[in-house]
Amino acid sequence: MLIDHPLLGLRDSSEFIYMGDAKLLNRPNWKSKNSNTKFIDYGYLRKNPAGEHKELWYHEQGDRSWLVVTRNTVTHEILKVELARYLKRKANAK
Amino acid sequence: MRNSSHPITNKQKLSFTFNGKKYFGYKGDTLASALIANNIKLVGRSFKYHRPRGIFSAGSEEPNALVELGDGPYKEPNTKATNVELFDGLKGSSQNFLGSINFDLMAINDFLKNFIGAGFYYKTFMWPRRFWEKLYEPIIRRAAGLGKLSLKADPSHYDKGYLHCDFLIIGSGISGLMSALLLAETGSEVLIVEEDFILGGRLNSERLVINGKQSSIWIGQAVKKLKSLKNVRILNRTTVFAAFDHGIFAAIEKKTDHKLEKSSKPRQINWKIYTKHCILASGAIERSIAFPQNDRPGIMLAGSVRTYANRFGAHYGQKIAIYTNNDDGWKTADDLKNMGLEIKAIIDTRKEIEAPSSSISSYLGQKITKTYGRKGIKAIKLSSGSKLDVDCLAVSGGWSSNIHLTCHKRGKPVWDNIYKNFLSVDNAQKDDIIPVGAARGIFEIQNIISDTNRVILSLIKKIGLSMPNRITITSSKEQYGCSLDLVSSSNPSNSFIDLQNDVTQKDIELSFREGFKSVEHLKRYSTLGMATDQGKTSNILGLASMAKLKGTNISEVGTTIFRPPYVPVAISAFAGRSRGKDFRPTRLTPSHNVASKRNAVFVETGNWLRAQWFPEKGETFWRQSVDREVLQTRNSVGICDVTTLGKIDIQGKDCSEFLNFVYTNAFAKLPINRVRYGLMLREDGVAYDDGTTARLGKNHFIMTTTTANAALVFRSLEFVRQCLLPNLDVHLISTTDSWAQYSVAGPNSRRLLQKIVDKPKDITNENFPFMACRELTICGGFMARLFRISFSGELAYEIAVPTQYGNALFDALLSAGKEFNAIPYGTEALGVMRIEKGHTAGNEINGQTTAQNLGLSRMISKKADSIGNMLSEREGFNRSDIATLSGFKPVQRNQKLEAGSHLISAGKKPTMENDEGWLSSVAFSPTLGHYIALGFIKRGETRIGEKVCAVNLLQNKTTEVEIVSPHFIDPEGVKQRG
Repeated sequence: MLIDHPLLGLRDSSEFIYMGDAKLLNRPNWKSKNSNTKFIDYGYLRKNPAGEHKELWYHEQGDRSWLVVTRNTVTHEILKVELARYLKRKANAK
Repeated sequence: MRNSSHPITNKQKLSFTFNGKKYFGYKGDTLASALIANNIKLVGRSFKYHRPRGIFSAGSEEPNALVELGDGPYKEPNTKATNVELFDGLKGSSQNFLGSINFDLMAINDFLKNFIGAGFYYKTFMWPRRFWEKLYEPIIRRAAGLGKLSLKADPSHYDKGYLHCDFLIIGSGISGLMSALLLAETGSEVLIVEEDFILGGRLNSERLVINGKQSSIWIGQAVKKLKSLKNVRILNRTTVFAAFDHGIFAAIEKKTDHKLEKSSKPRQINWKIYTKHCILASGAIERSIAFPQNDRPGIMLAGSVRTYANRFGAHYGQKIAIYTNNDDGWKTADDLKNMGLEIKAIIDTRKEIEAPSSSISSYLGQKITKTYGRKGIKAIKLSSGSKLDVDCLAVSGGWSSNIHLTCHKRGKPVWDNIYKNFLSVDNAQKDDIIPVGAARGIFEIQNIISDTNRVILSLIKKIGLSMPNRITITSSKEQYGCSLDLVSSSNPSNSFIDLQNDVTQKDIELSFREGFKSVEHLKRYSTLGMATDQGKTSNILGLASMAKLKGTNISEVGTTIFRPPYVPVAISAFAGRSRGKDFRPTRLTPSHNVASKRNAVFVETGNWLRAQWFPEKGETFWRQSVDREVLQTRNSVGICDVTTLGKIDIQGKDCSEFLNFVYTNAFAKLPINRVRYGLMLREDGVAYDDGTTARLGKNHFIMTTTTANAALVFRSLEFVRQCLLPNLDVHLISTTDSWAQYSVAGPNSRRLLQKIVDKPKDITNENFPFMACRELTICGGFMARLFRISFSGELAYEIAVPTQYGNALFDALLSAGKEFNAIPYGTEALGVMRIEKGHTAGNEINGQTTAQNLGLSRMISKKADSIGNMLSEREGFNRSDIATLSGFKPVQRNQKLEAGSHLISAGKKPTMENDEGWLSSVAFSPTLGHYIALGFIKRGETRIGEKVCAVNLLQNKTTEVEIVSPHFIDPEGVKQRG
C-alpha cells in the first residue's frame, strides 16, 4: 500500500503504524452529561465498515505525523489523506 | 531422444546426474528437456497414491516432475524440473518414494485407492482422538509428501531489492516485447520481467514466421533494441509472484541457482517493485483432459511436447499420438511431423470439424478409454475399440489465460464462452493490471499483434504520453477453436483431474454426492488445485466435471481464485539478510566497551544489550556476583548504566498543561530544577507506564519512560499532541540515544560525585536535596545533567552526559570511586534493590493492573482531566476487595519463592475460586538474607502479618508466606533523603 502523505508525498505503508478508526480524535468532554458512558463508547466501540472508512495512521518511520486516511476497505483505494492536527484544529475552531 | 540436427547440439555439452546416474545435455537445456532427450520417463511418484509420474509440462505449471536439487545444506526439495536451467555438474533426484523410484514400497497406496479418496482422512482417523497426533498424523505425513528438507541452515545469501518504474511488463513473449517497444518510445521507465532464462516466451516454442523470417530473428532484434535503451531494464530468471495494492509487486530473481560454484553473491533476490502501470503478458497455460489412466509417464501436454521438440530438439520415442479437443493439438502434430517423427494418430473429441491436416491419420469424435504401460505409456485404446501402440501421448484440453496475478487483489475472473477460458475483469482502477496477448484471451498470433498495438496505444493515449507509431509486423496465420470435452465418460477413479494432489474424477463425484458442490467447498474437500502448482493445468477440468454433475455450465459453477505466491518462494528469500544476529539491530549501551572489558554478562532487553552482572575473580555462580553488587552498593557505592530508559525532551509554552494531561498527577506547579514521579494510564484506566520527569526550565521538561515502553509512550505522546490537544504549543523529541545516563547509588555516591562535579556547584543535601536536578559541568567543563533520584532506595543520583562521552564517564566514575571501592552493577542487582525498596517495574505495571492495584489511586488528580482519569473511576476498579501491591516473605526464611505463584488463604484448596492474588517479582535479598517478593493480594494493605500460601501448581509446590509492607528496606525513605 502507498499512502499519499500531505507533506511527503507517496510513502510505503511499512513506514506507518495503524491505529484504526479515526473516531479517537473525538475524545469526550469529561464534564459533559453522561461522560462516563461516552468514554466507554469512545474507548471500546469501533466501526468496521465495508467501504469508506476514516483511519488513523502514524508515520513512525518518517516525520511522526498522525494522519487521517480515508480508505475504501473493499477496494483498498485511498481517497483522502489529511494531517490529524489540521483536522482537529479546524474542529476546535468551530 | 535428441534431434541431432537441432541447433542446441552445437552448444556446450553439459554433464549432470539424476538419481545417481550420469547423463549429458546441452547449454540451453532445462533439466526436463535433458531428461527427455535421455529418454527418462519415470521422474517422480505421485503425492498420495505413489503412482509413477513423468514430465507433464514445460513451465512453472508442472504438477509432476518435482525433484530435489543439490546436496548438503544447499539441497532444495520440490523444484520443478521444467524450470531448472541445466548446468555442468547439476545433481538431481526424484522424491516421495520409499525404497527406489522404480520400486516404490508406498505404491501400495495405489491399490488402496478405492478406500482413500477425498475426505478419507477426515472420516477415518477420528477415533480414538488421542491417536491423531501421536500415530496417524506422523504416518500420513510420511506417506503423503513432497521432498525432504536438508534440516541444515542454508549457507547462501538472499537479498532484498526495490525497483521503481512507470511500466512493469510481466512476460517477454510477442505481446510483452511489443508492449515494451511501444512504451519505451514514450520515454517512460520500463521494466521487463521474464521467468525463463531466455526472452521470447512462447515464440521460442513455436515454428512461426514473423516479417518473413523465423520468429527468433525478430526476438533477437527486439531484445537488442530494448537492451540499447536507457529507460528499459530487463530481468530474466525472475518470476513475479504476487500483486499488491497500489501498483506494488513482488518478484523473485534467481541469481546463482543455475551455477554449480557457490559464490558469496546472493543466491536469489526478493524484489519489491513499485510501478505506475502493469502490463500482464504472461501468456496462457495448457490444460489436460480427464480420461482413464491419463497420468502415465510419457503422457504430456501437447504444447509442451511442441516446446521440447522445437526449442530443445528433444522428444520421447518415435510413435506419438495426439489427443485434443481443440485446434492447437493439430499444430503439435504438424510440427512433430516436420521433424520427421511418426504421428501414429490424432484423436480429436470433436466430430463436426474438418480435419485441418489431411496427411495425419485422424480419429474424429472419439475418446481415449484406456492406456497401457505402468512406468511409461505403451498403448492407448479408443472408444471405437481400436488399440494403438504409442510411446508418447500429447494431450491438449485447450488453453487458459494465465491470469493468476489479476486474482491477487480479489479480481473475479469471468468465463469466455468463445475460447472456453476465464478472463480477468476490466476494472477502471488506475493501478490495475492490464493483460495483453494470450493473457487477454487472444490466441492467434495475427490477432495478438493487432490487439497488443491497440491496447497499448490506447493506454498511452489515456495516460497522455507522446504517441509512438504502431508496430507493423506480418506473421504466420493461426486458427484456434476449442471445445469443452474435458471429462471422462468411463472409469472415473482412474481419470486424474489434479495430478499433483492425486484428485480423480471420482473424487469430484464424491464431493458432489456429499454436498460439497460450491467451488470453494469442492476445492477444500477434494484438495483440487491446492498443491504447489495451484491447479494451473487442472482447475478447469474439475469445474467442467462439477458442471456436468450439476447439469449446468462452467460460468454458472464459477471458479475459485488464485492466491499469492504464483510459484513457491523459499522462506530464506523472505528473510533476506535478517537472519541470526542480523534479525534485528542490536543497540549497545554507552558503557558497553568498559562493561565488556570487565567481563560483564549481557542480556537482551528488546534490542538493547545490557550488562546483567559483572563477575569477579572466583565467582562461578551468578548469585555470587549479584549479591556482592547489591551489598557493595548498599554499603558504599555502585554504578549502573540506565541509558536504555526512554528519554523525551518536552519544550514549549504549554508543556506543563500537556504533562498534566498525560500523567494522572499534576506537573504544572513542579518548581524548576525539581523532579517528580509520574504515573500514566491508558484511556481505559489501566496503568500504562511510570517514570520521573524533571523540569529544567519554565518551558522545558525531560520525561523518562521504562525501557520497554520508550517507543510506545513517545507514540502516545505524539497522539495526544497532534490528535487531542493540537492547539497547545508543545514540541517533543526522543533523546534516548543522545544522552548516556548512569545511576550512582549508595551512601558514598555524593562524595564520589563531588570529585567530578566542577566547582563551585554545590551538591550538598541542603543545596541539592532529594528530587533536585540541575544542568552543570563535570570533569573540567563537560556538559552534564544531574538528577537526585533513587530506584534502589539509597542516597542516589543519575548523571547524564551526551552519548559520545558516555564510555569515558563510566570509566571516570569507576576511577574516581576507587577510594570507595565503587563497583559497576548490572540489571540483576538493579532489580533486586528495587524489589527490596518496593518500587514497581514491568512485572507490576504489566497492562493488567490499575493505579488502585498499585496503591497509587491518590495520584489520580480529581481536579483536572487526564488520559484514563474518567474510566479509572469505574466500579470494578474501585471495589474494596481488589488486589493491592504488597510484600511477601517466606515464613520459613530458608525457603525459595517463585514469581507467578498464586496466593491462597491458609487452609483453602488451590482453585480458581480461592485465588486471591499472585507474586509478581521475586528476588533473594542479600540485605535481609532471605527471599522476598512483591505481589498483589486482595485487600493487601489490611492484612499485614497474615500468613497465606504461595502455590505453584506447575511444580506442585506450596510455600507459606507472610504478608508484609512492600517496602522491605528503609520504608520511611531516610536513606534516599540523607
